[in-house]
Amino acid sequence: MALYLPELTLLFMALVFFFVSMGNLKASRLRSLGLLLSAVAVMASVYSYGLKGSLFFDAYRVDAFSQLFKVIITFGLFIVIYLGEGLYGIDDTLRPEYYLFLTISAFGLVSMSSAVELITIIICLEISSFALFIIIPFRKKGAYREQMEAGIKYALFGVAASGITLYGMSYIFGMTHTTYLADLMKIIPGVILKKPLMLIGLVMLLSGFFYKLALFPMHFWAPDVYEGAANETSSFVATLPKVAAVALLIRLITLAGAEVGQFTWVMMIFAVLSMTFGNLSALVQTDLKRLLAYSSIAHAGYLMIGLLCASELGYLSGIYYIAGYLFMNLACFFVIYHLAPQGENISFDGLTGLYKRSPLMALTLAVSAFGMAGIPPTIGFTGKLFIFTAAIKKDMYALVILAVINTGIAIFYYLKMVRAAYTSVDEQLSPLNLRVSTSVLGIFFIVIIILLGIFPQGFIDFAKEAVAAVI
Amino acid sequence: MEQYLIYNTLSYPILTVLVCVPLFGAIITLAIRGDRNLKIWGLLVTLVTAALSLPLYTSFDLTTAKYQFAEFSDWIPFVNIDYVLGVDGISVLLVLLTTLIMPLCILCSWTYIKERFKEFICVLLLMEASMIGVFISLNTVLFFIFWEAMLVPMYLLIAVWGGPRKDYASIKFFLYTLIGSIFLFVAIIALYVTTGTFFIPELMTHHYSFSYQMWIFWAFTLAFAIKVPMWPLHTWLPAAHVEAPTAGSVILASILLKMGGYGFLRFCLPMAPGATAYCMPYLIALSIMSIVFGGYLALGQNDIKRLIAYSSVGHMGFVTLGIFLLNDAGIKGAILQMINHGITTGALFICVGIIYERTHSREISDNSALGMMMPIYVSFLVIFSLSSLAFPGTNSFVGEFLVLMASFSKYKIVGGFAVIGAILAAAYMLRLVQKMVWADSDGHMHHGEKSHLSDLNFRETATLAFLTIFVFWIGFHPAPFLKVMDASTTHLLQQLESGMNVLPAGHGEPHAILNGVGESIKHVLALK
Repeated sequence: MALYLPELTLLFMALVFFFVSMGNLKASRLRSLGLLLSAVAVMASVYSYGLKGSLFFDAYRVDAFSQLFKVIITFGLFIVIYLGEGLYGIDDTLRPEYYLFLTISAFGLVSMSSAVELITIIICLEISSFALFIIIPFRKKGAYREQMEAGIKYALFGVAASGITLYGMSYIFGMTHTTYLADLMKIIPGVILKKPLMLIGLVMLLSGFFYKLALFPMHFWAPDVYEGAANETSSFVATLPKVAAVALLIRLITLAGAEVGQFTWVMMIFAVLSMTFGNLSALVQTDLKRLLAYSSIAHAGYLMIGLLCASELGYLSGIYYIAGYLFMNLACFFVIYHLAPQGENISFDGLTGLYKRSPLMALTLAVSAFGMAGIPPTIGFTGKLFIFTAAIKKDMYALVILAVINTGIAIFYYLKMVRAAYTSVDEQLSPLNLRVSTSVLGIFFIVIIILLGIFPQGFIDFAKEAVAAVI
Repeated sequence: MEQYLIYNTLSYPILTVLVCVPLFGAIITLAIRGDRNLKIWGLLVTLVTAALSLPLYTSFDLTTAKYQFAEFSDWIPFVNIDYVLGVDGISVLLVLLTTLIMPLCILCSWTYIKERFKEFICVLLLMEASMIGVFISLNTVLFFIFWEAMLVPMYLLIAVWGGPRKDYASIKFFLYTLIGSIFLFVAIIALYVTTGTFFIPELMTHHYSFSYQMWIFWAFTLAFAIKVPMWPLHTWLPAAHVEAPTAGSVILASILLKMGGYGFLRFCLPMAPGATAYCMPYLIALSIMSIVFGGYLALGQNDIKRLIAYSSVGHMGFVTLGIFLLNDAGIKGAILQMINHGITTGALFICVGIIYERTHSREISDNSALGMMMPIYVSFLVIFSLSSLAFPGTNSFVGEFLVLMASFSKYKIVGGFAVIGAILAAAYMLRLVQKMVWADSDGHMHHGEKSHLSDLNFRETATLAFLTIFVFWIGFHPAPFLKVMDASTTHLLQQLESGMNVLPAGHGEPHAILNGVGESIKHVLALK
């Protein structure tokens, strides 16, 4: 019971919203309810941290690794609900359903971090994806219907990715006759060197998670979906699924064993293309959400460098980086969300004079943009430091040099965001009136991005314990 | 650790305090209202920092090359990153320069800055904290954090309070410096992976293979050469100087540029001595290019600020020249020249700011013939201009003389080229002074002529007078300053000496072209 507590709380939360959706609750009440229940979910995850055990015929493992990810994901859910104050972008009639599906998706993601059996993994993946397929078109009807396009694209790519994943699984199952990761871990390292089919199977298996992470070559959906979905939905899609994807990728990459030449090469190529493509495309974007989508593709590349090192430090840095990415990205979406009280998309023009309209928002945006650019003393810098250290320890100098050149390219568009927010304007702009609770979240983002960057050791200790449970 | 450090014995952890006072000062600034209070608060914080930094000079142990006033504590143990601070003879003067220049930056912005005073003071204080941090970090990661963190406040200084082309200038500054330092970042990690430590003094004791040295040398050099800035990477500097507000220009010229020179001395020379010896001809050639080009370009400028910016390129060329001559006089001259340039060029930028506030133009032609209207102002202007062209009796003379002496004693032709730079400096500074003070006036005030120009007030006089003290102090009695750097310079040369000798034979086949070019440069400069 205690082992399954975080999932149970999320299921309970989904149930509550299911019943609420039949009634007619006010928007502010709904949010309070969501906040309360997700806070309970966070507490449940924290409570169950440290427990060990397995459920459902060993298909579901509870260990330090899964529990750390559960804490991160539930906490992320809490923040997403918190920042979506008023649900500006969601159709008025669909609010309870919005929370319902958000919760279900989070449930899928939380389960994903515990799944250690291929079928379980695919089920969790689908639960989390299906809920999002539904939620993306929930956007308020505007002049355009790009949310429909976004929904369709997300669904089509998602289904295709799942198909590829399943196909890869069929190869793996065919060759090993097992679906348990624990058994696969014993068999695959021996087989992968002899049979290229295993390599192909493994890469195909990973595709589903590349899709969640928006890593090249499964990244095509990201810009359109980010742009088309409501701001609050994008903030979810852009962050939490990636956290769970990292959890799964770590579990699956360990399957291949530490020293696998071709496998690492494939990952390297994906990482480099992802960074380069993401950064170069982001340079020319004007819509902020589109820009963030391309930047997230680039970040997936950086993250992949850490993971493909397949070393303790590599995994640690991956976990640290994704946690940092979660906060930095949510901070950006937080600003975008509050700049668009009608739920519209924000372009660079929308940022003009932000420092006069709301100094706090401008600062939040600047801190998160500089963080994503990897300027110290932020979490983004420390994350890159760890990732590059892990990679150089594996003698991947060329990869690191390509990555830092990419960092150099990326700085340009992050700086463009800061510049837009801090350029002075002559005309009078209406100040942005923020509630105290909103300001609190902004300050929280600033503090955590800087503090976790300067003092990473505490988080690293948790991540270390988590990684120890996997390898 | 003990063999490198002398722990702090003062009653307070002086180095941490020097970073924290401005840092917390900056945070508290956000809670203060009213421009006047903010100015006073900013001045107070910088003055307190300056006062607290004085023991660095009075209690400095001249006899040792160890890092003094050191502090040590664990920080991120799992990758062996410690929080280590310390100063030696190379960095201590730069720290003092920073703490003493900062109050002047606040003073010279007293009326210059018209809007957003709160943010301005906050940014200046953040800047101070990170600049001090760069000079006192003994851990490469800590160094890099301060090094990069500095970019953000400097960027904001130019981008928010800058002139008409601030957008272009600030982005150019940011991109140049950032792209220079990304390879520095890789080199830092590579050094860690090779040696298992981020601790700078320990990194200096390791011996690396020659090709490894070459890689880290160029990774470091790119970052520092951009910061210095060395020809042909100098183009960001005039743009940034022209657009930055006075305080920004002063910080940029007085302290930021010094970080390049400091970096060469702290990283390139001791960590890659073999590569340094090998690459020396290239860097000397580049330094000479900086000296001559900087001076030549300064000669053609009509914008006062731009002129001084180009003169900085020339002066910093002397610094890098001194460093890469790799002898005692050269390195001491280079360090002293860094301090001098900080004082003199900082003062000149303050002078430009003062006149810009009055005439709202930086063109020489709009600011000519000021002699009869602003006698105190032009007196200071002439003093600092003479100092800038290294007139005997002023501070720059000592530094430049040491560098020239070093180059003549080592390579005569190099000295000959450097003298051209010194002559050019006289040419452009005297031209500037002539136009600004006299132009073609008869030296008498005519009724109704520009009488709105008021002479310096007490605040401005005090600011410039403070710097004048140092101009003559160093000019007439440089011994105390040279003594401070004595032990550390000797130690640095020893490190170089022992490292240079391990240069492996047989290197060169893969670098045949480089070798050929290096040999021909050596030949041209008569370097042997």
